[in-house]
Amino acid sequence: MNNTANLLLLLVVLLNFFLLGTSRLGSNIRTVAIQGGLISLLPLLAHGLSSHTLFLAVAAFLFKGIAIPYLLFRAVRQVHISREVEPLFGYVPTLILGTLATAASFIFSDRLPMIAEHSQTLFVPVGLATLATGFLLLITRRKAIIQVVGYLIFENGIFIFGMLLTEAMPLMVEALVLLDLLVAVFIMVIVMHQIKREFSTINIDQLTSLKE
Amino acid sequence: MVMAELFLAAVILIGCSGLPALAMGRYGRLGEMISVILLLLGVSLALVASLAGGFQTPAPLLILEWAHPGGPLILELDGLSTIFQLPALLVLAMGGIYGLGYLPQAKVGLTAGRLRLFYGILGATIVFLPACRNGLVFLMAWEIMALSCFFLLLTEQKEKETRRAAFVYLVATHIGTLALFGMFVLLAGSSGDLAFPQAATLQGTTVQAGAIFLLALFGFGMKAGVMPFHFWLPAAHAQAPSHVSALMSGVMIKMGIYGIVRVTSFYINLPAWWGWTILVLGVISAIMGVAFALAQHDIKRLLAYHSVENIGIILIGLGCALLGQTFNYPSLVALGLAGALLHVVNHGLFKSLLFLGAGSVIHATGTRTIDHYGGLLKTMPRTAFFFLGGAVAISGLPPFNGFVSEWLIYLGLLHSQTEGAHFPFSLVVLAVPALAMTGALALACFVKVFGVTFLGTARKEFAVPPHESPRTMLLPMGVLFLGCLTIGLMPWIIVPLLERGIGSWLGAASVATPLVSTLAPVTWISLGAALLIGLSLAVWRWQRSFPEESCQQQRPTTWGCGYIKGTPRMQYTASSFAEQLVHLFRWGLWSDISDGRAIGFFPSVAHFAIHTPDVFLDRLLYPASRALTRVAFRLRSFFHQGWLNVYLLYTAITLCLLLIWLM
Repeated sequence: MNNTANLLLLLVVLLNFFLLGTSRLGSNIRTVAIQGGLISLLPLLAHGLSSHTLFLAVAAFLFKGIAIPYLLFRAVRQVHISREVEPLFGYVPTLILGTLATAASFIFSDRLPMIAEHSQTLFVPVGLATLATGFLLLITRRKAIIQVVGYLIFENGIFIFGMLLTEAMPLMVEALVLLDLLVAVFIMVIVMHQIKREFSTINIDQLTSLKE
Repeated sequence: MVMAELFLAAVILIGCSGLPALAMGRYGRLGEMISVILLLLGVSLALVASLAGGFQTPAPLLILEWAHPGGPLILELDGLSTIFQLPALLVLAMGGIYGLGYLPQAKVGLTAGRLRLFYGILGATIVFLPACRNGLVFLMAWEIMALSCFFLLLTEQKEKETRRAAFVYLVATHIGTLALFGMFVLLAGSSGDLAFPQAATLQGTTVQAGAIFLLALFGFGMKAGVMPFHFWLPAAHAQAPSHVSALMSGVMIKMGIYGIVRVTSFYINLPAWWGWTILVLGVISAIMGVAFALAQHDIKRLLAYHSVENIGIILIGLGCALLGQTFNYPSLVALGLAGALLHVVNHGLFKSLLFLGAGSVIHATGTRTIDHYGGLLKTMPRTAFFFLGGAVAISGLPPFNGFVSEWLIYLGLLHSQTEGAHFPFSLVVLAVPALAMTGALALACFVKVFGVTFLGTARKEFAVPPHESPRTMLLPMGVLFLGCLTIGLMPWIIVPLLERGIGSWLGAASVATPLVSTLAPVTWISLGAALLIGLSLAVWRWQRSFPEESCQQQRPTTWGCGYIKGTPRMQYTASSFAEQLVHLFRWGLWSDISDGRAIGFFPSVAHFAIHTPDVFLDRLLYPASRALTRVAFRLRSFFHQGWLNVYLLYTAITLCLLLIWLM
């Protein structure tokens, strides 16, 4: 069971690298969808089949794998966003930074005092590495829609991390987190739409006039 | 228990005394009169309570258990509190009456009501503070005092200078209060009980005691105007209305001294550096205070710098007492502390007298610049007489009160020699020449002020010719003048109170201390002062008996450099009179001199101006804070670029640092 989970997690890491390296908007969104679908299997793999984990898996798959990517694709179509990612940094430097961050999170989680049950799994290092990837995307990309992708990756990292706590956390909390995420993406898409209409750009380096 | 109710009633009466004036602003004088009556009533009640409290056996007036943290509210009146309350009450009452004539409601409208309100609140906190024995309540009262004083300062808020002075004051007082917060927290220690400890119960040798002392010195010294921390004081005293300046300078800044005295009373086995620090700060404040005073042209700014000087004198006395305590010389403790405490009373009396006198002159002429005055003796003889009394007192000359307290401090400092002291301790005596120099410079300064203001001939035509002040302004000055003279002539009436004060400072050890009256033969002062007055009267009569006709020919101008046909412009100005002494102190004053030298045989028109801003405020703090603001702006525009990515980067970096710190 653990081996399957670890395999999935390694796949997640690979997808992280792909996200950092790809230049197409569409493949970005698609990758997020695949990553979301993959990690929605994690509750089942980590904690076995039960109504709790089943609900979580299905809900996560619906939201992360289908609903949110659909919304994002719609936004890309409606707002007529060009298909280029337009990074502030080049792809190769981001990729190197991502590698370093992933290595650092593996080293860091080795030094964390964890209970024996968790020390065999890759949940903590992959969670941290995904968080770092989300951060890197948020920092280095110029388009507002990639910011949304960055937040989603970020949330995926938290979700992976939260797998360790699934049994301790009430179902309601997780359900609400997922719902929150959906609503947040809704709002972001709507705001982006408005921004596009108002300023005819959604590059966030144009949005600095509120700094005082 | 009756005492406690009396005292609290008095405090509440004083605190609420401004309400009628505020509420009845439309009814003209009536509200003001009611306010003054309430104030006087409260002051007399407080006077009874304070005197009775000062002389009864030390027992708390009131212990009120209540549900707020920091222990019960304890009120206690002892010798120390009475000494600080007495001048406060007198000055408070006199300032209240003075305000009737100085800023009447008829002239300034609603401002007068606001002034009365905050005047009452300030007075109430000043009366309340020395009785309070709980750190939390003390801090609250302290803050109310600071804020009401801030609002009083803003009376003439339309002037830019006033707003600036008030702002500097607010910043300074809050920095001081911050230090006091730290001090009270340290004092409470782990027990969390903020009640003041009994006198002489704590060990002074610990590190914690040293920290408490330094914080108290900084926090209370900021309020008292000790030399490096005096920067708020000159502008604040100059911009406030005169009776408020009198209350601030005469009484409020003494609350800082009270704090230092009270905190040092908690300790036994005082380290020597406490005494040395206070002594050195006192010497610096005294000499530099009077040097700055000499260089001023604004009469109230000048008086404000004299407050710094007098705070210095008080600290010299206190330092002498602390060193006496450390090295176990009881006579130094008794004399130094008696001198310091008496100087607190005396400075309260004569400095408020001087501020009220200056207020009368400003009332008559409408300007604070000394160089615009001249010859006011002829138009304002009574004000001039009272002002002269205050000037003699502040210069430390008999037969006025300033002499008595400085004499006690001299005696205390000199006692360090008579008892065969060893080396570092015997250096105390070096404060004697410093004190003597301070006195001489103060005398020079007041010769300048009195000479330029009241003697000579008028330098400037005023639209409204100067006139003597109304009776409501003369009466308070007269009372304060009598107060100065009484202590100067009959110091023995206040000696028992001083001994009570020293007793409560020493706590349990007070039995072994020699009494002030045996060490200092104050009755001789009475005799000497009486002789001096008799002699002066005799000389005056003798001089009056000269035939008048010899002076019939053209009289030269009194202050006119000896020219027979002088014009008013040939008189000494304030700057020219003090020039030599100011030049001596140029290393510390850093005056701005815009120099118009007369060159050649037929020089063209030249202008000369000398201006002495405050070294600490204008030359150090302002440039420093401007530089700090510039750096902060630059940092902000560097960090705060408005790019979302950059802020996210900050978050990421913070997260990384936290994780690294966790490892």
